[in-house]
Amino acid sequence: MKSWTRREFSRLAGAALLTALNQPKARGQAKARVVVIGGGIGGATVARYLAASATAIEVTLVEPRQSYATCFFSNLYLAGLRPFESLSHGYEALAKQYGIIVVHESAAAIHPAAKTVALNNGSKLSYDRLVVAPGIAFRDRALEGYDEAAMEIMPHAWNAGQQTRLLRQQLESMEDGGLFVLVAPPNPFRCPPAPYERASLVASYFQRRKPKAKILILDAKDSFNAQDLFQDAWNRHYPGMIEWLPAQFTGGVTAIDAKTRSVITAGATFKAAVANVIPAQMAGRLAQQAGLANRSGWCPVDPVTFESALQPGVHLVGDAIIGGDMPKSAFCANSQAKACAFAIAADLTGSARFPAHLFNTCYTYLAPDDAFSNAISFKPVDGKLKSVISFVSKVEESSEVRRQAARAAEGWYDAFTHDVFG
Amino acid sequence: MTTPTPRVIVPSAAAKGEIFQVKTIISHEMETGLRHDDQGNVIPRKIINKFVCRYNETVVFSVDLHEAISANPFFEFSLRATESGRLDFVWEEDGGAVYTLSHQFTVG
Repeated sequence: MKSWTRREFSRLAGAALLTALNQPKARGQAKARVVVIGGGIGGATVARYLAASATAIEVTLVEPRQSYATCFFSNLYLAGLRPFESLSHGYEALAKQYGIIVVHESAAAIHPAAKTVALNNGSKLSYDRLVVAPGIAFRDRALEGYDEAAMEIMPHAWNAGQQTRLLRQQLESMEDGGLFVLVAPPNPFRCPPAPYERASLVASYFQRRKPKAKILILDAKDSFNAQDLFQDAWNRHYPGMIEWLPAQFTGGVTAIDAKTRSVITAGATFKAAVANVIPAQMAGRLAQQAGLANRSGWCPVDPVTFESALQPGVHLVGDAIIGGDMPKSAFCANSQAKACAFAIAADLTGSARFPAHLFNTCYTYLAPDDAFSNAISFKPVDGKLKSVISFVSKVEESSEVRRQAARAAEGWYDAFTHDVFG
Repeated sequence: MTTPTPRVIVPSAAAKGEIFQVKTIISHEMETGLRHDDQGNVIPRKIINKFVCRYNETVVFSVDLHEAISANPFFEFSLRATESGRLDFVWEEDGGAVYTLSHQFTVG
Protein backbone atom coordinates (compact mmCIF):
# COMPACT_ATOMS: atom_id res chain seq x y z
CA MET A 1 0.00 0.00 0.00
CA LYS A 2 1.30 3.46 -0.90
CA SER A 3 1.34 6.39 1.50
CA TRP A 4 0.26 9.96 1.04
CA THR A 5 2.12 12.94 2.36
CA ARG A 6 0.10 15.40 4.45
CA ARG A 7 -0.08 17.89 1.54
CA GLU A 8 -1.31 15.29 -0.95
CA PHE A 9 -3.86 14.11 1.58
CA SER A 10 -5.30 17.61 2.03
CA ARG A 11 -5.73 17.97 -1.72
CA LEU A 12 -7.31 14.54 -2.11
CA ALA A 13 -9.71 14.93 0.79
CA GLY A 14 -11.11 18.03 -0.92
CA ALA A 15 -11.21 16.32 -4.28
CA ALA A 16 -13.12 13.37 -2.84
CA LEU A 17 -16.07 15.62 -2.09
CA LEU A 18 -16.00 17.10 -5.59
CA THR A 19 -15.50 14.12 -7.92
CA ALA A 20 -19.01 12.81 -7.50
CA LEU A 21 -20.57 16.13 -8.43
CA ASN A 22 -20.01 15.48 -12.14
CA GLN A 23 -23.52 14.67 -13.17
CA PRO A 24 -24.20 12.03 -15.80
CA LYS A 25 -26.95 12.85 -18.29
CA ALA A 26 -30.21 10.98 -17.99
CA ARG A 27 -31.84 9.74 -21.19
CA GLY A 28 -34.67 7.50 -19.95
CA GLN A 29 -38.28 8.12 -20.90
CA ALA A 30 -40.68 7.05 -18.13
CA LYS A 31 -39.43 7.69 -14.62
CA ALA A 32 -37.74 4.76 -12.97
CA ARG A 33 -38.45 4.40 -9.25
CA VAL A 34 -35.80 3.98 -6.60
CA VAL A 35 -36.74 3.54 -2.97
CA VAL A 36 -34.08 4.22 -0.33
CA ILE A 37 -34.72 2.87 3.16
CA GLY A 38 -32.83 4.64 5.91
CA GLY A 39 -32.02 8.34 6.13
CA GLY A 40 -28.63 8.09 7.78
CA ILE A 41 -25.46 9.16 6.01
CA GLY A 42 -25.45 6.30 3.46
CA GLY A 43 -29.16 6.43 2.63
CA ALA A 44 -29.40 10.22 2.45
CA THR A 45 -26.34 10.38 0.18
CA VAL A 46 -27.72 7.76 -2.24
CA ALA A 47 -31.01 9.61 -2.40
CA ARG A 48 -29.39 12.98 -2.98
CA TYR A 49 -26.93 11.83 -5.64
CA LEU A 50 -29.54 9.79 -7.52
CA ALA A 51 -31.96 12.70 -7.52
CA ALA A 52 -29.25 15.15 -8.55
CA SER A 53 -27.73 12.97 -11.27
CA ALA A 54 -30.78 11.63 -13.06
CA THR A 55 -34.01 13.57 -13.52
CA ALA A 56 -35.49 10.42 -15.04
CA ILE A 57 -35.45 8.73 -11.64
CA GLU A 58 -38.05 9.25 -8.95
CA VAL A 59 -36.41 8.87 -5.56
CA THR A 60 -38.30 8.05 -2.37
CA LEU A 61 -36.50 8.16 0.97
CA VAL A 62 -38.09 6.19 3.81
CA GLU A 63 -37.02 7.41 7.25
CA PRO A 64 -39.20 7.51 10.38
CA ARG A 65 -37.31 10.34 12.09
CA GLN A 66 -37.84 14.01 11.21
CA SER A 67 -34.13 14.68 11.54
CA TYR A 68 -30.87 12.79 11.82
CA ALA A 69 -28.26 13.31 14.54
CA THR A 70 -24.72 12.44 13.54
CA CYS A 71 -22.75 9.94 15.59
CA PHE A 72 -19.59 11.66 14.43
CA PHE A 73 -18.92 14.72 16.59
CA SER A 74 -21.39 13.43 19.22
CA ASN A 75 -18.38 12.82 21.49
CA LEU A 76 -17.79 16.58 21.43
CA TYR A 77 -21.36 17.03 22.68
CA LEU A 78 -20.68 14.50 25.47
CA ALA A 79 -17.70 16.59 26.53
CA GLY A 80 -19.80 19.78 26.60
CA LEU A 81 -17.96 21.24 23.61
CA ARG A 82 -20.85 21.35 21.15
CA PRO A 83 -24.64 21.77 21.52
CA PHE A 84 -26.73 18.74 20.62
CA GLU A 85 -28.70 20.76 18.06
CA SER A 86 -25.52 21.26 16.01
CA LEU A 87 -25.48 17.50 15.33
CA SER A 88 -29.01 17.46 13.98
CA HIS A 89 -29.87 17.62 10.25
CA GLY A 90 -33.32 17.70 8.67
CA TYR A 91 -34.49 16.37 5.30
CA GLU A 92 -36.07 19.61 4.05
CA ALA A 93 -33.33 20.44 1.55
CA LEU A 94 -33.40 16.91 0.11
CA ALA A 95 -37.15 17.26 -0.42
CA LYS A 96 -37.24 20.85 -1.66
CA GLN A 97 -34.03 21.26 -3.65
CA TYR A 98 -33.73 17.74 -5.02
CA GLY A 99 -37.37 16.70 -5.33
CA ILE A 100 -36.89 13.60 -3.19
CA ILE A 101 -40.12 12.17 -1.78
CA VAL A 102 -39.38 11.87 1.93
CA VAL A 103 -41.72 9.44 3.71
CA HIS A 104 -41.50 9.59 7.51
CA GLU A 105 -42.49 5.99 8.17
CA SER A 106 -40.69 2.78 9.12
CA ALA A 107 -40.24 0.03 6.58
CA ALA A 108 -41.93 -3.11 7.90
CA ALA A 109 -40.88 -5.62 5.24
CA ILE A 110 -39.23 -5.96 1.84
CA HIS A 111 -40.65 -8.19 -0.90
CA PRO A 112 -37.87 -8.50 -3.51
CA ALA A 113 -39.86 -10.82 -5.81
CA ALA A 114 -42.77 -8.34 -6.04
CA LYS A 115 -40.34 -5.37 -5.84
CA THR A 116 -42.32 -3.71 -3.10
CA VAL A 117 -41.66 -2.31 0.36
CA ALA A 118 -44.38 -2.54 3.02
CA LEU A 119 -44.50 0.40 5.41
CA ASN A 120 -45.63 0.36 9.04
CA ASN A 121 -48.69 2.48 8.21
CA GLY A 122 -49.97 -0.31 5.93
CA SER A 123 -49.09 1.34 2.62
CA LYS A 124 -46.84 -0.13 -0.02
CA LEU A 125 -44.11 1.33 -2.24
CA SER A 126 -43.11 -0.19 -5.59
CA TYR A 127 -39.58 0.11 -6.89
CA ASP A 128 -37.34 -0.70 -9.80
CA ARG A 129 -34.32 -0.62 -7.52
CA LEU A 130 -34.18 -0.66 -3.76
CA VAL A 131 -31.38 0.69 -1.58
CA VAL A 132 -31.26 -0.40 2.05
CA ALA A 133 -29.07 1.57 4.45
CA PRO A 134 -30.10 -0.01 7.74
CA GLY A 135 -27.14 0.96 9.92
CA ILE A 136 -26.36 -1.25 12.88
CA ALA A 137 -28.24 -3.27 15.45
CA PHE A 138 -26.93 -4.78 18.66
CA ARG A 139 -26.45 -8.52 18.74
CA ASP A 140 -29.03 -10.36 20.82
CA ARG A 141 -27.77 -11.69 24.13
CA ALA A 142 -24.29 -10.31 23.47
CA LEU A 143 -24.14 -9.22 27.12
CA GLU A 144 -26.28 -10.94 29.73
CA GLY A 145 -28.55 -8.49 31.51
CA TYR A 146 -28.12 -5.70 28.96
CA ASP A 147 -31.73 -5.30 27.87
CA GLU A 148 -33.71 -2.18 26.97
CA ALA A 149 -34.33 -1.32 30.61
CA ALA A 150 -30.61 -1.60 31.34
CA MET A 151 -29.85 0.71 28.39
CA GLU A 152 -31.80 3.46 30.19
CA ILE A 153 -29.48 3.08 33.19
CA MET A 154 -26.22 2.29 31.43
CA PRO A 155 -26.62 3.88 27.97
CA HIS A 156 -24.87 2.70 24.82
CA ALA A 157 -25.12 6.12 23.11
CA TRP A 158 -24.08 4.42 19.88
CA ASN A 159 -26.96 5.82 17.86
CA ALA A 160 -26.93 9.58 18.35
CA GLY A 161 -30.10 10.88 19.97
CA GLN A 162 -31.84 10.33 23.30
CA GLN A 163 -29.15 7.84 24.39
CA THR A 164 -26.41 10.41 23.81
CA ARG A 165 -28.32 13.02 25.84
CA LEU A 166 -28.84 10.50 28.64
CA LEU A 167 -25.13 9.74 28.85
CA ARG A 168 -24.35 13.47 28.89
CA GLN A 169 -26.81 14.03 31.76
CA GLN A 170 -25.24 11.19 33.73
CA LEU A 171 -21.72 12.52 33.19
CA GLU A 172 -22.84 15.99 34.27
CA SER A 173 -24.50 14.78 37.46
CA MET A 174 -21.68 12.38 38.38
CA GLU A 175 -19.77 13.37 41.51
CA ASP A 176 -16.10 14.28 41.31
CA GLY A 177 -14.07 11.17 42.07
CA GLY A 178 -16.59 8.86 40.39
CA LEU A 179 -15.63 6.02 38.06
CA PHE A 180 -16.82 6.16 34.44
CA VAL A 181 -16.70 2.67 32.90
CA LEU A 182 -16.75 2.36 29.12
CA VAL A 183 -17.34 -1.11 27.65
CA ALA A 184 -15.75 -1.24 24.18
CA PRO A 185 -17.19 -3.69 21.62
CA PRO A 186 -15.59 -6.52 19.64
CA ASN A 187 -14.73 -6.00 15.94
CA PRO A 188 -16.28 -5.14 13.61
CA PHE A 189 -18.27 -2.17 14.88
CA ARG A 190 -19.40 1.32 13.88
CA CYS A 191 -16.52 3.84 13.85
CA PRO A 192 -13.40 2.01 15.12
CA PRO A 193 -11.72 4.97 16.90
CA ALA A 194 -14.94 6.29 18.48
CA PRO A 195 -14.94 4.48 21.87
CA TYR A 196 -11.42 5.76 22.50
CA GLU A 197 -12.20 9.25 21.22
CA ARG A 198 -15.13 9.21 23.63
CA ALA A 199 -12.85 8.29 26.54
CA SER A 200 -10.45 11.07 25.50
CA LEU A 201 -13.10 13.80 25.30
CA VAL A 202 -14.89 12.70 28.47
CA ALA A 203 -11.47 12.90 30.14
CA SER A 204 -11.10 16.48 28.89
CA TYR A 205 -14.49 17.27 30.46
CA PHE A 206 -13.52 15.58 33.74
CA GLN A 207 -10.24 17.45 33.78
CA ARG A 208 -12.12 20.75 33.60
CA ARG A 209 -15.01 19.88 35.96
CA LYS A 210 -14.28 16.70 37.95
CA PRO A 211 -10.50 16.32 38.15
CA LYS A 212 -10.59 13.39 40.60
CA ALA A 213 -12.80 11.25 38.34
CA LYS A 214 -11.38 8.15 36.63
CA ILE A 215 -12.16 6.37 33.37
CA LEU A 216 -11.88 2.62 32.97
CA ILE A 217 -12.19 1.07 29.51
CA LEU A 218 -13.10 -2.62 29.55
CA ASP A 219 -12.37 -3.84 26.06
CA ALA A 220 -13.62 -6.90 24.20
CA LYS A 221 -10.34 -6.74 22.25
CA ASP A 222 -6.62 -7.00 23.01
CA SER A 223 -5.71 -3.98 20.88
CA PHE A 224 -7.59 -1.15 19.21
CA ASN A 225 -7.61 1.35 16.38
CA ALA A 226 -4.79 3.96 16.51
CA GLN A 227 -3.81 2.65 19.94
CA ASP A 228 -0.37 4.29 19.89
CA LEU A 229 -1.91 7.71 19.14
CA PHE A 230 -4.49 7.38 21.89
CA GLN A 231 -2.13 6.07 24.57
CA ASP A 232 0.40 8.79 23.80
CA ALA A 233 -2.36 11.42 24.10
CA TRP A 234 -3.77 9.95 27.32
CA ASN A 235 -0.34 10.14 28.95
CA ARG A 236 0.21 13.72 27.76
CA HIS A 237 -3.24 15.20 28.43
CA TYR A 238 -4.81 13.12 31.21
CA PRO A 239 -2.03 11.40 33.17
CA GLY A 240 -3.46 8.71 35.43
CA MET A 241 -7.08 9.33 34.46
CA ILE A 242 -7.75 6.72 31.76
CA GLU A 243 -7.06 3.04 32.30
CA TRP A 244 -7.57 0.51 29.51
CA LEU A 245 -7.93 -3.21 30.25
CA PRO A 246 -7.73 -5.66 27.33
CA ALA A 247 -9.90 -8.79 27.09
CA GLN A 248 -6.84 -10.97 27.69
CA PHE A 249 -6.66 -9.57 31.22
CA THR A 250 -10.36 -9.40 32.22
CA GLY A 251 -11.46 -12.41 30.20
CA GLY A 252 -13.97 -10.11 28.48
CA VAL A 253 -17.22 -8.50 29.65
CA THR A 254 -19.84 -11.21 30.07
CA ALA A 255 -22.74 -9.54 31.89
CA ILE A 256 -24.25 -6.26 33.07
CA ASP A 257 -25.97 -5.70 36.42
CA ALA A 258 -28.01 -2.54 35.94
CA LYS A 259 -29.27 -2.59 39.56
CA THR A 260 -25.79 -2.06 40.97
CA ARG A 261 -24.49 -0.37 37.81
CA SER A 262 -21.82 -3.06 37.58
CA VAL A 263 -19.95 -4.55 34.66
CA ILE A 264 -19.07 -8.20 35.12
CA THR A 265 -16.07 -9.77 33.40
CA ALA A 266 -14.86 -13.35 33.56
CA GLY A 267 -12.22 -12.36 36.10
CA ALA A 268 -13.62 -9.43 38.10
CA THR A 269 -16.60 -7.11 38.65
CA PHE A 270 -16.36 -3.34 38.25
CA LYS A 271 -18.90 -1.00 39.88
CA ALA A 272 -19.40 2.25 37.99
CA ALA A 273 -20.76 5.67 38.87
CA VAL A 274 -21.59 6.08 35.19
CA ALA A 275 -21.33 3.29 32.63
CA ASN A 276 -21.39 3.44 28.84
CA VAL A 277 -21.95 -0.05 27.46
CA ILE A 278 -21.32 -0.43 23.74
CA PRO A 279 -22.40 -3.96 22.77
CA ALA A 280 -21.37 -6.21 19.87
CA GLN A 281 -23.01 -5.19 16.60
CA MET A 282 -24.47 -6.51 13.34
CA ALA A 283 -26.34 -5.12 10.34
CA GLY A 284 -29.63 -3.36 11.19
CA ARG A 285 -32.80 -5.38 11.88
CA LEU A 286 -34.36 -4.84 8.46
CA ALA A 287 -31.32 -6.38 6.77
CA GLN A 288 -31.60 -9.43 9.05
CA GLN A 289 -35.36 -9.83 8.42
CA ALA A 290 -35.03 -9.39 4.65
CA GLY A 291 -32.32 -12.02 4.25
CA LEU A 292 -29.71 -9.46 3.24
CA ALA A 293 -27.19 -10.51 5.92
CA ASN A 294 -25.20 -13.73 5.92
CA ARG A 295 -24.18 -15.80 8.94
CA SER A 296 -21.65 -13.17 10.00
CA GLY A 297 -24.58 -10.83 10.70
CA TRP A 298 -23.36 -8.39 8.00
CA CYS A 299 -24.38 -7.92 4.37
CA PRO A 300 -22.24 -9.18 1.46
CA VAL A 301 -22.33 -6.84 -1.57
CA ASP A 302 -20.79 -6.37 -4.99
CA PRO A 303 -17.94 -3.89 -4.37
CA VAL A 304 -18.60 -1.97 -7.62
CA THR A 305 -22.41 -1.53 -7.57
CA PHE A 306 -23.12 -2.32 -3.88
CA GLU A 307 -25.85 -4.69 -5.02
CA SER A 308 -26.62 -7.39 -2.49
CA ALA A 309 -24.93 -10.74 -3.13
CA LEU A 310 -28.04 -12.39 -1.66
CA GLN A 311 -30.98 -10.42 -3.18
CA PRO A 312 -30.70 -9.11 -6.76
CA GLY A 313 -32.12 -5.63 -7.29
CA VAL A 314 -31.43 -4.62 -3.69
CA HIS A 315 -28.39 -2.45 -2.92
CA LEU A 316 -26.82 -1.81 0.47
CA VAL A 317 -24.43 0.87 1.71
CA GLY A 318 -22.91 1.97 4.99
CA ASP A 319 -22.17 0.27 8.28
CA ALA A 320 -24.32 -2.79 7.47
CA ILE A 321 -22.17 -4.10 4.62
CA ILE A 322 -19.12 -6.34 4.61
CA GLY A 323 -16.79 -3.57 3.50
CA GLY A 324 -13.47 -5.40 3.27
CA ASP A 325 -10.78 -2.86 4.12
CA MET A 326 -13.34 -0.04 4.39
CA PRO A 327 -14.07 0.80 8.04
CA LYS A 328 -17.63 1.34 9.24
CA SER A 329 -17.45 5.12 9.10
CA ALA A 330 -19.85 7.82 7.93
CA PHE A 331 -17.40 8.97 5.26
CA CYS A 332 -17.14 5.42 3.87
CA ALA A 333 -20.95 5.19 3.82
CA ASN A 334 -21.07 8.46 1.88
CA SER A 335 -18.42 7.29 -0.57
CA GLN A 336 -20.11 3.91 -1.11
CA ALA A 337 -23.44 5.69 -1.55
CA LYS A 338 -22.09 7.80 -4.44
CA ALA A 339 -20.67 4.74 -6.22
CA CYS A 340 -23.97 2.95 -5.63
CA ALA A 341 -26.05 5.89 -6.91
CA PHE A 342 -24.06 6.14 -10.13
CA ALA A 343 -24.23 2.38 -10.70
CA ILE A 344 -28.03 2.45 -10.28
CA ALA A 345 -28.35 5.53 -12.51
CA ALA A 346 -26.29 3.80 -15.21
CA ASP A 347 -28.46 0.67 -15.01
CA LEU A 348 -31.76 2.53 -15.10
CA THR A 349 -31.02 5.40 -17.48
CA GLY A 350 -28.00 4.30 -19.49
CA SER A 351 -25.91 7.15 -18.10
CA ALA A 352 -22.14 6.80 -18.09
CA ARG A 353 -20.53 4.36 -15.71
CA PHE A 354 -17.73 5.60 -13.49
CA PRO A 355 -14.99 3.56 -11.93
CA ALA A 356 -15.69 3.69 -8.21
CA HIS A 357 -13.56 6.21 -6.30
CA LEU A 358 -13.89 5.16 -2.70
CA PHE A 359 -12.44 7.12 0.16
CA ASN A 360 -12.40 7.45 3.89
CA THR A 361 -11.47 10.65 5.69
CA CYS A 362 -11.74 10.80 9.45
CA TYR A 363 -10.77 13.22 12.17
CA THR A 364 -10.50 11.99 15.72
CA TYR A 365 -10.24 14.24 18.77
CA LEU A 366 -7.75 13.40 21.51
CA ALA A 367 -8.43 16.71 23.28
CA PRO A 368 -10.31 19.87 22.22
CA ASP A 369 -7.11 21.19 20.59
CA ASP A 370 -5.54 17.90 19.54
CA ALA A 371 -6.98 15.85 16.69
CA PHE A 372 -5.53 13.30 14.32
CA SER A 373 -6.67 12.38 10.86
CA ASN A 374 -6.56 9.58 8.41
CA ALA A 375 -7.36 9.24 4.74
CA ILE A 376 -7.53 6.03 2.76
CA SER A 377 -8.53 5.31 -0.81
CA PHE A 378 -10.03 1.95 -1.79
CA LYS A 379 -10.79 0.02 -4.92
CA PRO A 380 -12.51 -3.27 -5.74
CA VAL A 381 -9.97 -6.09 -6.22
CA ASP A 382 -11.20 -9.64 -6.87
CA GLY A 383 -14.64 -8.92 -5.43
CA LYS A 384 -13.31 -7.27 -2.26
CA LEU A 385 -12.72 -3.67 -1.24
CA LYS A 386 -8.99 -3.17 -0.78
CA SER A 387 -7.15 -0.11 0.52
CA VAL A 388 -4.84 1.47 -2.05
CA ILE A 389 -3.20 4.59 -0.61
CA SER A 390 -3.35 5.82 2.96
CA PHE A 391 -2.36 8.67 5.21
CA VAL A 392 -2.47 8.28 8.99
CA SER A 393 -1.29 10.79 11.60
CA LYS A 394 1.77 9.86 13.62
CA VAL A 395 2.56 9.99 17.33
CA GLU A 396 5.49 12.39 16.77
CA GLU A 397 3.44 15.16 15.12
CA SER A 398 3.84 18.63 16.62
CA SER A 399 1.11 20.11 18.76
CA GLU A 400 0.66 22.80 16.08
CA VAL A 401 -0.14 20.16 13.42
CA ARG A 402 -2.66 18.60 15.82
CA ARG A 403 -4.23 21.98 16.59
CA GLN A 404 -4.67 22.59 12.87
CA ALA A 405 -6.28 19.17 12.48
CA ALA A 406 -8.74 19.98 15.28
CA ARG A 407 -9.76 23.16 13.41
CA ALA A 408 -9.81 21.41 10.00
CA ALA A 409 -12.17 18.83 11.48
CA GLU A 410 -14.82 21.49 12.05
CA GLY A 411 -14.67 22.50 8.39
CA TRP A 412 -14.79 18.82 7.45
CA TYR A 413 -17.98 18.39 9.49
CA ASP A 414 -19.74 21.32 7.83
CA ALA A 415 -18.70 20.38 4.29
CA PHE A 416 -19.52 16.73 4.83
CA THR A 417 -22.99 17.18 6.35
CA HIS A 418 -23.75 19.75 3.63
CA ASP A 419 -22.78 17.15 1.01
CA VAL A 420 -25.17 14.62 2.56
CA PHE A 421 -28.19 16.69 3.59
CA GLY A 422 -27.84 19.66 1.22
CA MET B 1 3.60 11.11 34.07
CA THR B 2 0.86 8.55 34.49
CA THR B 3 0.48 6.97 37.90
CA PRO B 4 0.62 3.28 37.09
CA THR B 5 -2.31 1.13 38.22
CA PRO B 6 -1.32 -2.47 38.92
CA ARG B 7 -4.04 -5.13 38.76
CA VAL B 8 -4.18 -8.88 39.39
CA ILE B 9 -6.83 -11.48 38.68
CA VAL B 10 -6.25 -14.65 40.71
CA PRO B 11 -8.62 -17.10 42.49
CA SER B 12 -8.85 -16.81 46.29
CA ALA B 13 -8.83 -20.56 46.85
CA ALA B 14 -7.72 -23.79 45.20
CA ALA B 15 -7.40 -27.48 46.08
CA LYS B 16 -3.96 -28.74 47.12
CA GLY B 17 -1.93 -29.63 44.04
CA GLU B 18 -4.29 -27.76 41.70
CA ILE B 19 -2.78 -25.58 38.98
CA PHE B 20 -4.30 -22.10 38.85
CA GLN B 21 -3.98 -19.11 36.50
CA VAL B 22 -2.58 -15.74 37.50
CA LYS B 23 -3.15 -12.69 35.28
CA THR B 24 -1.44 -9.36 35.93
CA ILE B 25 -1.39 -6.03 34.15
CA ILE B 26 0.02 -2.62 34.95
CA SER B 27 -1.14 0.49 33.10
CA HIS B 28 2.18 2.02 32.17
CA GLU B 29 3.36 3.92 29.10
CA MET B 30 6.74 2.12 28.96
CA GLU B 31 8.53 5.23 27.65
CA THR B 32 11.50 3.87 25.70
CA GLY B 33 13.91 6.80 26.02
CA LEU B 34 14.18 6.78 22.21
CA ARG B 35 11.49 9.37 21.47
CA HIS B 36 11.64 13.16 21.25
CA ASP B 37 9.05 15.70 22.38
CA ASP B 38 7.90 18.41 19.97
CA GLN B 39 10.76 20.70 21.10
CA GLY B 40 13.20 18.01 19.99
CA ASN B 41 14.27 16.98 23.50
CA VAL B 42 14.74 13.30 24.29
CA ILE B 43 11.93 11.99 26.49
CA PRO B 44 13.78 10.11 29.27
CA ARG B 45 13.36 6.37 29.54
CA LYS B 46 10.81 5.25 32.10
CA ILE B 47 9.77 1.63 31.96
CA ILE B 48 8.79 -1.14 34.33
CA ASN B 49 12.11 -3.03 34.33
CA LYS B 50 11.23 -5.96 36.59
CA PHE B 51 8.17 -7.92 37.66
CA VAL B 52 8.27 -10.50 40.46
CA CYS B 53 5.62 -12.77 41.99
CA ARG B 54 6.34 -14.35 45.41
CA TYR B 55 4.32 -17.18 46.95
CA ASN B 56 4.86 -17.13 50.71
CA GLU B 57 8.16 -15.25 50.26
CA THR B 58 9.47 -17.61 47.57
CA VAL B 59 9.98 -16.18 44.10
CA VAL B 60 7.80 -18.27 41.76
CA PHE B 61 7.76 -15.99 38.70
CA SER B 62 10.14 -13.23 37.67
CA VAL B 63 10.68 -11.21 34.48
CA ASP B 64 13.22 -8.59 33.43
CA LEU B 65 11.68 -6.11 31.00
CA HIS B 66 13.43 -3.94 28.41
CA GLU B 67 12.55 -1.05 26.07
CA ALA B 68 10.93 -3.24 23.43
CA ILE B 69 8.09 -4.32 25.74
CA SER B 70 4.93 -2.48 24.74
CA ALA B 71 2.78 -0.29 27.01
CA ASN B 72 0.65 -1.87 29.75
CA PRO B 73 2.72 -5.05 30.25
CA PHE B 74 0.46 -8.07 30.73
CA PHE B 75 1.54 -11.44 32.16
CA GLU B 76 -0.41 -14.64 32.46
CA PHE B 77 1.18 -17.62 34.18
CA SER B 78 0.29 -20.78 36.10
CA LEU B 79 1.13 -21.72 39.69
CA ARG B 80 0.58 -24.92 41.67
CA ALA B 81 -1.37 -24.57 44.94
CA THR B 82 0.79 -25.99 47.74
CA GLU B 83 -0.23 -24.17 50.94
CA SER B 84 -2.38 -21.30 52.15
CA GLY B 85 -0.75 -17.93 52.45
CA ARG B 86 0.05 -14.84 50.47
CA LEU B 87 0.88 -13.97 46.89
CA ASP B 88 2.92 -10.77 46.50
CA PHE B 89 3.29 -8.95 43.19
CA VAL B 90 5.99 -6.32 42.66
CA TRP B 91 6.57 -4.05 39.66
CA GLU B 92 9.85 -2.08 39.67
CA GLU B 93 10.08 1.14 37.66
CA ASP B 94 13.12 3.04 36.33
CA GLY B 95 14.13 5.56 38.99
CA GLY B 96 13.37 3.19 41.83
CA ALA B 97 9.59 3.48 42.25
CA VAL B 98 7.91 0.20 43.21
CA TYR B 99 4.26 -0.77 42.82
CA THR B 100 2.89 -3.71 44.80
CA LEU B 101 -0.22 -5.82 45.30
CA SER B 102 -0.84 -8.64 47.77
CA HIS B 103 -3.42 -11.41 47.62
CA GLN B 104 -4.53 -13.87 50.33
CA PHE B 105 -4.84 -17.40 49.05
CA THR B 106 -6.44 -20.46 50.71
CA VAL B 107 -5.55 -24.07 49.93
CA GLY B 108 -8.37 -26.35 51.02
